[in-house]
Order: sequence, then C-alpha cells, then structure tokens
Amino acid sequence: MTEANTAAAARELIAFRIGEQEFCVDIMAVREIRGWTPATPLPRAPGFMKGVINLRGAVLPIIDLGARFGLRTSEPTARHVIMVAHVGGRMVGLLVDAVSDIIQLTDEAMQPTPDVASEQVKSFVKGLFAMDGRLISLIELDRIIPETEAEAA
Amino acid sequence: MSDAVDPFEAIKVVFFQECDELLGDLETGLLAIEQGQADNETVNAVFRAVHSVKGGAGAFGLDALVRFAHVFETLLDEIRSERKPCDDVTVKTLLRASDVLADHIAAARGQGAPVDEIRSAGLVAELEALTHGEPAPALAAFVEPDPAFAPVAITMDIEADAFGFKPVAFNLADLDAPAPAADAWRIVFHPHGRMYANANETGILLRELSRLGELSVTLDVSALPDLDALDAEESYLSWTIDLTTDAGEAAIRDVFDFVETDCDLAIRPASAAAPIAEFAPVETPAEPEFDIAALLAKAQADIAAAPDPAVIVEPIAPLAPVAAKSEQPPIPTPEPATPPTASAPVATAAPAPAHAPAQPAAVTIRVDLDRVDRLINVVGELVIQQAMLAQRVIESGLARSSGISVGLEDLELLTREIQDSVMAIRAQPVKSVFQRMPRLVREVGEMTGKRVRLVTAGEDTEVDKTVVERLAEPITHMLRNAIDHGLESPEERVAAGKPAEGTVRLVALHRSGRIVIEISDDGKGINRERVKGIAVSRGLIAEDAVLTDDEIDNLIFLPGFSTAETITDVSGRGVGMDVVRRSIQALGGRISISSTPGKGSTFTLSLPLTLAVLDGMVVTGAEQTLVAPLTAIVESLTPQPQDIHYVGGHDPVIRFRDQFVPLIDVALGMGFRDAPVAPEIGVAVVVETEAGTRAALLFDAIQGQRQVVIKSLETNYQPVDGVAAATILGDGRVALILDVDAIVSSSRRRSVRHETARTELKIAS
Repeated sequence: MTEANTAAAARELIAFRIGEQEFCVDIMAVREIRGWTPATPLPRAPGFMKGVINLRGAVLPIIDLGARFGLRTSEPTARHVIMVAHVGGRMVGLLVDAVSDIIQLTDEAMQPTPDVASEQVKSFVKGLFAMDGRLISLIELDRIIPETEAEAA
Repeated sequence: MSDAVDPFEAIKVVFFQECDELLGDLETGLLAIEQGQADNETVNAVFRAVHSVKGGAGAFGLDALVRFAHVFETLLDEIRSERKPCDDVTVKTLLRASDVLADHIAAARGQGAPVDEIRSAGLVAELEALTHGEPAPALAAFVEPDPAFAPVAITMDIEADAFGFKPVAFNLADLDAPAPAADAWRIVFHPHGRMYANANETGILLRELSRLGELSVTLDVSALPDLDALDAEESYLSWTIDLTTDAGEAAIRDVFDFVETDCDLAIRPASAAAPIAEFAPVETPAEPEFDIAALLAKAQADIAAAPDPAVIVEPIAPLAPVAAKSEQPPIPTPEPATPPTASAPVATAAPAPAHAPAQPAAVTIRVDLDRVDRLINVVGELVIQQAMLAQRVIESGLARSSGISVGLEDLELLTREIQDSVMAIRAQPVKSVFQRMPRLVREVGEMTGKRVRLVTAGEDTEVDKTVVERLAEPITHMLRNAIDHGLESPEERVAAGKPAEGTVRLVALHRSGRIVIEISDDGKGINRERVKGIAVSRGLIAEDAVLTDDEIDNLIFLPGFSTAETITDVSGRGVGMDVVRRSIQALGGRISISSTPGKGSTFTLSLPLTLAVLDGMVVTGAEQTLVAPLTAIVESLTPQPQDIHYVGGHDPVIRFRDQFVPLIDVALGMGFRDAPVAPEIGVAVVVETEAGTRAALLFDAIQGQRQVVIKSLETNYQPVDGVAAATILGDGRVALILDVDAIVSSSRRRSVRHETARTELKIAS
C-alpha cells in the first residue's frame, strides 16, 4: 500500500446520496450495505445518533449522516440504507438516503473544499470531485464519530 | 497474544503454565501425605513436581528459583529414597516450602510481590537441616550455645546478599568434629550415556569446577570394555577429582546440578575423617522422566509445527506414564481404615476415590482465548438468528406440522446444543481457585493462633473462566473472616466441648443453573447482640428496631460495618463484607448468610455460570424495551395513588413497607418521553443498589423474566450513563440493560441540579 505516495494512485470510492447532495467514502472502510431496520434509541444521545441495531449479534450504533452534517434529519424508511463502516477500530452504521455507485478516482482529481461550504460540512469533507457534471464530496470518516462523551452531551 | 510471539517467550509462557499445574500437584500431594497417604506414588509425584520446576527454571536461568527448588528437591529425594522419614514436622515444613516455591515462581514470572527473602532463606535452612537429619539449625544453636563456633556456624549472610544466598550445608555435629583439612574435596563422577545424549559434557563441568579452586583430575578407564564389546552410545569413563576450594559443597553440587540425574556422583571431603551420613555419595536414582533439552526441543517442535504461535497444542500427559515407570511398585490401595473425613480433603464429599493411582490424564488443548470468544459470539448470533427465523415462520402462518416447522425445531435443538458445548469450552473447574486456599488457611491459622482444617469439595464444579477468575478475592476474604472471626481459639473450643481443631468447609456445587459456593465454619456463630449493638451505635438501625435473627445477621453486609474489635493483620483492612457483597453482585450473584450460635456460620454465594448471560426482567417504558438485572430487583408493585407523595413539589416518592423511596420514571430520565406520566398507570419495580439504597423504578409494563445475552455497547460506541450493556431480543432488536446504580444516583443528581438551576434562575431574574 505504499502506492499512496505515487500521484497517479487511483482509489475506489463508494458514492451515496443525502438529499440532493452526493458524497463518497473510501471503499476499504465499508464492510457491507444493508437496508434500514428500526434502531433502539440511546438515552441522552446527540440528535444524529439514531440508536443501535443488531448486526448479527453485535451492537451497531447508527449515525444519521445528514443530521451529522447539519443538513437535515432523516425519518428513515425501508428505502434508506445503512453503510456499515469500519472507523478507528469500531464498526458504525451510516444512515444515508441511497448508495449510487462505485467510482474510481485519482488523488489528482480531488479539489480542495471551497469556502462556500458550511463550516460543519467542511470539517467532515476532505475534498471534492467533479464527475460528469456531478459534485461529489469525499468524507473523512474519522471525524464522523463523536470522540468522547463530552461531545455527545 | 500478539501475532509476533518470541518463540523463547512462548516456551516460557508454557513453562509457567506448567508450573501452575505442578504447584497444584505438589500441594495436592503434600496434603495427601499430611493425611497419611505417604505412599511411593504420592511422594514420587511431589518430587517430580519440584524437580520439573527446577529443571525448567534452570533452562530459563531463573537462578533464585533453581536454588530454592534444589534444596527443596534434595529433601524430597531423601524422603523418596526413604533415607528420611516423613514425619509431621517435615510435612509442615514441606507445605510451607511449597508456598515459598510458589512465591519464587510468581516472582520469576513477574507477578506478585518479590519473594520474602528472610522467609525463603529460613526455609532453605529448615529444609537443609531436615535433609541432614538435624533439628532446625536455629534451635540447635540455642541448645548448644558454644561460643567457639557459634559465630561461624550460622553465616546465612541474608542481609548482605539478598538474592545470591547460597544453600550452605552446615552441620553442627560436623563442626564439633575435628575440622576437615582445609576444604579439600574428592569428587567421583561417572556420567551415564544419557548425560551425553542430553548434550552435557564432562569437559565443561570440569572447567566449571576449575573456577572454584585448584583441581586435580584422574581419569578412570578401568570400566572400558574390549573394542568389540564397546557400545558407542554408552559411557565407560569416570573421573576422580580432587578439588581445593573454599566455596563449599553446595557450590560444587551446583556445578553438577543439571546432570545429577544422569550420572553417579559422590562428593566428600578429602580428609577421610568424616564419611558422615550427609556426605555419603548421593546416588540419584535414574529418573528418565525429565530432561530439559528434550522438553525444549519438543516445545520448539510444537511451536514450529503449529501454524500460529498463539496456539500450542500440548497433551498434558507426561506424568501418568512416568508414574508407571517408577522403580517402586505402587501400593495398590491405601489403608482402608482411614475414615473418609481424614482422607484427602480433596474428596471429602464424594466417597473418596482415595487417590486413583495414575488417572488417565485427559488430553487437552490450549487455545487462545480470543478464538473461543469469537466462536461464542458467532454461536450467540446463530441462536438469535434461529429464534428470529422461528418467529417469522410462526408469523407466516405455516402449519406446525409443515416440513419447515419440523426442520426448524430440529435446528433449534441443534443450536442449543452447540451453544451449550461452546460455553463448556470456556468453563473451568473452580479447582484453580480452591487450590490456593489451603495456603491461605495455613497462614491465617498461624497468624491467629488457631488450629484449622480446611475441607473442600466440588472442586471439579465448572463455571465460566471469567467467573472463576473473579471468585478468588471474595472467597479469600470470607475464609479469612471464617477463621479470624468465626473460629474460637483452641482453648475456647475445648472448653465448649468441641475438637481443638476448627473445620472450615469450602464447597462448590451446581444448583438450578447457577453455581453455589458455600463457606462454612464450625465456630461460634454470629454474636447477634454485639452485631445489633454495633449497628445501633453506628446509626445503621434505630435503637428500638425489632429485627429477626436473619435481619441481624444481614447487618454485617452494611457498608462500614466491621465486627472486628481490634483491627488485626488478617482482617479489618478496611475491607468489609459490603465489599464482598458488591463484588459478588458485580458478578451478577447473591450472597446470604445463616448462622447458629455456638455451631458456626455459613455464607452462601450464588453466581451465574457465565458472565455472558444475565437474568433480567424485561420491561417497557415509552415503547422502549428495557432489561433490569434481576439481582437488583427486590419487588414489583402497582403504585396506589395514596402511596405516592411529592417531596419539594416535583420529586415523587412511593411508600414501600413503611418506608418512602424515590420513584424514578426511567423513560423520562432517559429522554424517551418528555413529560411525566401518572405513576398509577404503570408498575413500580423496587430495586436495591450495591450501596444498599432503595428506589422504585417506574415502567409502563413488565413483560417477564428472561435470560439475556450481554452485548457490549462500548465495542462500537461508548459507555452510556444509566446503561450497563445491551442485549438482543428474540425479535432481533437491541434492548438496553439498565445500570440500576447509575440510574438511582443520577436521578438524585438531577433533582439537585433542578434545585440549583432554579436558584440560579432566581438570582438572574
């Protein structure tokens, strides 16, 4: 994996939608994609924590990505999708509207986040890709999970 | 274990694991000997245990351990070869030596406190004195205070060199005799062929010897046969070595330490004046069972063969076949006359299978715990998935007789069986904990001047590994208490018409899906007058409170309660029975006591077999399903309007048996609903926290009691206040397991916060 340094290294990304906007994450972080199942709410959790679901015996916290970005809160339906991602040694479920496709891009194609984006979104976005007239933001997963209880409170 | 295990470290880990087993064998054997079963089989087993520890320790260069084990082993060898009778004093010393050996092993392992050098050196002296058929040297010195040699005789040099003490073989009789010519020794050394096979060489030994002093070596070739009779694998040469040294006999023996079972060796002072008993050539009987080189080679081969160094497959059977090989034919049965109680304490409950000689050792396998846990997890998922599937089938309205339903039933049976078998992998007999207790009992008995006999039963009762590990502390504490507070002094016992020796029983058994541990003594029982007096004086109960005997007995579990009049070394370290109760509750267990004045007390622990499962009350609040641990629940009741009162306007309390306890709406506290509901429409579950405070938790309904599998929230999320863990219900959804203590204490905090918030508001406005 030392190729990361070579400029032409292409990465595979999974693109998904929240509302009208498109985002993507590194495919290596995503373990599986599932349909929405009702989550058990957690007491005193921040609004973007939808609760926990049972992933084959493990307790999986679900983060509503739209709410986390401050875009909007989803009232999830069976059409919503949970991307099970591996972030910092933990498994989390990311609630999104839909997964659109798998894209291959080089780092060179990535553009810095312009200043117009809201501060909250910007803090999660590593960069932007322009593709067939679409604008796709690359998400930094490490920043998605609240670090400590303090942040959750 | 990490992925990259240093093979040497891995062997060392195996060695220490073996040490645990060997120490267990040693203690069991010594206790059997103490009970009068000093047959060859047992004595040999004891000797082998120490010998194996020494051999392994030598291979790892654990010098202090080797030195102690050597002295220990020497005495055992004397007993084994019947040169030394195994009397009471000897057995007691051997038992204490096994304790110190355990200390040395723990220290070498990097666990536990450093070895008490004074104690260790003292035991070395005692062991040596016994080996040489003398009374303990310290005593002898007092008996014969001969100023002429006294200062020389006992130069243990403990202070000067705490770790490098030498097992100095001194003999007072010898000192009385005309001194042998200035430390000249004659060593006759005849190696067996096996010594060479084990990669030891005479040349190296001679070189070692030459470091001790001046050497003169004579090679004896008289045993060499004719060339055609010569067996290349055999050893025909022997050496006579004259050595002048001031290092002493022990140092010379040290040189031969690792070959002594593979050779004939005689070390005696060159002055022919003293062929005293202890200097007679010690012909170590040939014992093929142990050799380090082979052990290491085997271990290495095992490691090389295993694809993953974390897993070392090792049939633990080397002892049994060896036992069959020992020179003396095993005595078929012990004296049938011994009454069952006097026989091995290991097996008092069952009609003692006295000591089944050479049981076929079970073939075992050592597996990394992570792998087992992964398997258990997967099986847990399988069980839940199976339950979900069954539910779907029922929902689909298929007939019970349909092929799918029948197949599902079989599947259910199979999954249950798999689950049971998998849980059994983690199960461990409580023996590992029980084995530590005889030592504790000896020490506490010594400290308190009481005579105690420990009787254990049910050591093979199995329980989950995590439970076993956490049992040691409460059992230790309660045994200490039983001896220190429960048992009377020997004089008091005799005066009360009891045997001077008190009996403490430690019993484990399975009862209705839980493990029950009983610790009982035949002491004086609980002094209820005094207990009540203390409780009153500490303000724990009202002076005029009318309590039943049971209620009084249970007062000792209250925090801060201690019946010890004076704080002794043994108990009263600021740890009371409340701490024991808390640690038992943390395991999901209960503790109870029953006591009869003059007859003794019994503490009963009831624990779940595994920490992976919890007995819970499934409840609902604001449409959420929650689980309350059954151990915390006292009672549930339907709140009656007249029983509910409000303190300070908004904090409800409920009357529960003439006591007002706070009524906590859990769903509201957790934010599952915004406004309080009328308590009358719900159900109140009275709980008791570990600290003993009570509260009533208000839920909408109780669904029933169920065993639930505990799942961690922290693995993927973080700890949540008020939630102990999560579980997965039959419908596949996650339910939260409540942390009763946190809920009760945080509700108290919250009402305080309300107060302060309001006052701040007033100040602001």
